[in-house]
Amino acid sequence: MAWLAALLERLDRRVIYLVVAVAIIIPLLWPMGLPITVSKPARDFYDGIESIPDGSAVLLAMDYDPTGIPELYPMNLAVLRHMLGKRASGEERNLKIIGFSLWPAGPPLARKALAEVAEREFGKTYGVDYINLGFKEGREIVMANMASSIPQVWPSDIDGRPLAEFPIMNGIRRYDDIAYLVNISAGYPGIKEWVQQVVSIHGLKMVGGTTGVSAPEYYPYYQSHQLLGLLEGLKGAAEYEKLIGIKGSATAGMDAQSTGHWVIALFIGLGNLIYFLKPRGSR
Amino acid sequence: VSLDLVLTVVQVFCTLAIFSFLYKDNPVYKFVEHLFVGVATGWWVVLEYRDVFLPNLLKPLWHGIQTGEKGETHLPWWTLFIPLALGLLLFMRLSPKATYLARWSMAVIVGTFSGLAVIGFASGDLFNQIESNIIPFFAPGSLAALGQGVTLATVLEVLRNPVLIIGCITVLVYFFFSLPHQGAVGGVATIGIWFLMVSFGASYGNTVMARISLFIGRANFLLAERTGSMPHWLLTVVFAVAIIAVIALWERGRRGQDLDAA
Repeated sequence: MAWLAALLERLDRRVIYLVVAVAIIIPLLWPMGLPITVSKPARDFYDGIESIPDGSAVLLAMDYDPTGIPELYPMNLAVLRHMLGKRASGEERNLKIIGFSLWPAGPPLARKALAEVAEREFGKTYGVDYINLGFKEGREIVMANMASSIPQVWPSDIDGRPLAEFPIMNGIRRYDDIAYLVNISAGYPGIKEWVQQVVSIHGLKMVGGTTGVSAPEYYPYYQSHQLLGLLEGLKGAAEYEKLIGIKGSATAGMDAQSTGHWVIALFIGLGNLIYFLKPRGSR
Repeated sequence: VSLDLVLTVVQVFCTLAIFSFLYKDNPVYKFVEHLFVGVATGWWVVLEYRDVFLPNLLKPLWHGIQTGEKGETHLPWWTLFIPLALGLLLFMRLSPKATYLARWSMAVIVGTFSGLAVIGFASGDLFNQIESNIIPFFAPGSLAALGQGVTLATVLEVLRNPVLIIGCITVLVYFFFSLPHQGAVGGVATIGIWFLMVSFGASYGNTVMARISLFIGRANFLLAERTGSMPHWLLTVVFAVAIIAVIALWERGRRGQDLDAA
């Protein structure tokens, strides 16, 4: 078996790249339809949105930039579809979506997501059913200041029009006027800062979606019920698409995700095999 | 030729050029890397000026000077001279003699964010996390559920709280360095290390998942999507062949230089 160990040890890393790429690309082009199991944090996220009273105002913080698009944009779309869609009973939710971003590169993505779902799919009216406040520098300072006055922190929308022009902002002064906070975040500032500065101090209910890399950091907040639901990465987005019954790009990517994981697990196994096949002295 | 198609062509080329680094560092990769750094720097300068400096400082200050009104902020307009002065002081770092003046601005930044962080960690992490870990050893009803039927779900539900409690205590013991990790303390700390290893493994797994997701996003763009009537896979093939040709020529030239040097 030493020859096998020697062969595997000399394996060019580019062969590994190629195998992983092929394992991901093939199911992307020819989907296998592997089952998607909904996790409890995703289910809780869904239930949290379901629990929002009809006609309430929801803060949607879209704190990510282009690097987060593959994981978070499908998640953002799925969550918007849920919030703007009808209940199972057929009744309208009429939620008021107040979107914004604390990431400088976030507003164009927020604009695209809101236009795609709110405007084109559901025919909602800007300024009445939803609004995009754009970007504000200040991170935690913005979060803390919104407790005093949301209109003073965000005096105008993304295009510089005064908030007083928009009916959606009538009666929205501070966190007391908001039913729920939904945060789609790729890191700092994001879920952790919203929990620390807003949920823990002002008691606002919150659910969050994040990248796969960041998710383990936020599980303690989910376990302590500071975060009422958590979506992690593309998997979380696919789970949410399953929950709302819409097959989107996240669902399409899950076969590739699964085969990619299997191949990487195989290589980790091979790496360990090489280690144990080598004589003790040369390990 | 639509603007969308031009943008798609640029995206396809840049994506493949970055991927070419997987072969080795090469001129095509270097070109796109430099391009990215330049574009990103320009973009950030414009963004900071347009979305931060203009709406938060310059416009309200100018409005205040012209009209004497406070505008959108709830403070007198002249208070904006304070952040203006602090901002200008930051540039004193460029002068070796006056660099100490920048410390005033840094002190305000550090002080503000430290204050927010202390409040945030105290209310968000410290108290809530301690509270959420004071739980019964077995989750209420979990043993009764196990008694009614032994399934994977009921067994995991019984183990949920013990794993959390034992994991929390043993990891805390591992990070307690005032006692030597020997004997019983050493044994408990070792269990803590195992819990840490499992948590690192979970983090690594999530990192792999995230990286694969990013690749899926790019692969989907390169192979499955289309702009108008143009399938992206066609552009991908064209640029892949071109980039491979450039790298092959570069390799050939490099080997020739090596032979000449020898």
